[in-house]
Amino acid sequence: MPSLKDLKNRIASVKSTRKITKAMQMVAAAKLRRAQDAAEQARPYAERFNAVMAGLAQSVGGSDSAPRLLSGTGSDKVQLLVVMTSERGLCGGFNSNIVKLARTRAEKLLGEGKTVKILTVGKKGRDQLKRDYAKLFVGHIDLGEVKRVGYVDAQGIAKDVLSRFDAGEFDVATIFYSKFHNVVSQEPTARQIVPAAFEMTGEAGASSLYDYEPDEEAILADLLPRGVATQVFTALLENGASEQGARMSAMDNATRNAGDMIDRLTIVYNRSRQAAITKELIEIISGAEAL
Amino acid sequence: MADTMQFDLVSPERRLASLRVVSVQIPGADGDLTAMPDHAPLITTLRPGILKVEGPEGVQSYAVTGGFAEISGQATSVLAEKAMPVAELTAAQMDAMMAEAKAAADGATGAGKDAADKLLADFAALRAAAGV
Repeated sequence: MPSLKDLKNRIASVKSTRKITKAMQMVAAAKLRRAQDAAEQARPYAERFNAVMAGLAQSVGGSDSAPRLLSGTGSDKVQLLVVMTSERGLCGGFNSNIVKLARTRAEKLLGEGKTVKILTVGKKGRDQLKRDYAKLFVGHIDLGEVKRVGYVDAQGIAKDVLSRFDAGEFDVATIFYSKFHNVVSQEPTARQIVPAAFEMTGEAGASSLYDYEPDEEAILADLLPRGVATQVFTALLENGASEQGARMSAMDNATRNAGDMIDRLTIVYNRSRQAAITKELIEIISGAEAL
Repeated sequence: MADTMQFDLVSPERRLASLRVVSVQIPGADGDLTAMPDHAPLITTLRPGILKVEGPEGVQSYAVTGGFAEISGQATSVLAEKAMPVAELTAAQMDAMMAEAKAAADGATGAGKDAADKLLADFAALRAAAGV
């Protein structure tokens, strides 16, 4: 049975933990709003870009002279997995979910006898994957110093990936990130970025009406690398919002659990205090009766 | 009042402009072009340069680099990798972009060299035009 003093200390410590988690929840809420705003602002660009690229890819895709970024190397032997996670922890299952998806994919590819290479963005994913796949690592991109992800960060990542592709280091690249649905639901997602795959939209067919200047293939060659950067940027923003959302709900749970714990401990504390008082009374009364 | 069309200027990070305009002068990869309402549908890539938008509140200029413009009869959208009003362009930003282009030009070889050199020249022209 813990002493009254112990209980009192314990309650105080849980109370301060609750204060911290509460503060973190509020900070995450504020950051989430900013991250959502950023994602919202970036949407028109990404959508337009994809629509135009889908149309272009459709019209050029069939020809032999299509850029390698679009048609691929004709093989899928070497797979690059770009795992994007956060730099900080305390955000529930956010990082683990992304890593789990990447791990499943890696196991499947290894089982098929393919070569897997892993590039991580964000410290948390690297730490988790390092245990099992240290041999497969080809690089890590640190965003720890970045306060607010910008397009330049995405460009940096895209540049890294593309230079590896040009050097013939891999055939297919897939990014792993978490798609933001709402505060309580984020969905780990895998998306192939090289060779480029664009989601076909209903209106893509209409773009065949356009004139192109310079010709379609030159435009495509110019825009494909930007397309990779755009997709990476979208993924970074979704990831940012998901991270804050996950942290917010994780911290909300933590705050509630701390509250429950305080209630339970307080009951135990009050009971033991009462028991001690009762015991003292009995001692006094039985002492008086003995006289 | 003259005919107008919808104009959007978006960069990856934000939407810079969305308004009805009379004409847009676009720095296309193969030369400047001006889009007006009922222009034939066209998609062109951009070179670093100045985008002039003639709207209801006079002419606005933006410095843009990289990306493309999509012109259809009723609307023009410019998707630029970097875009900002010319007034906000600073010498430091210009220096950074020039340095990057120069590094690329120095490192490039063969067919890529011409393109990289052209890019550098375009940046120099943009700088002169913007006056920073």
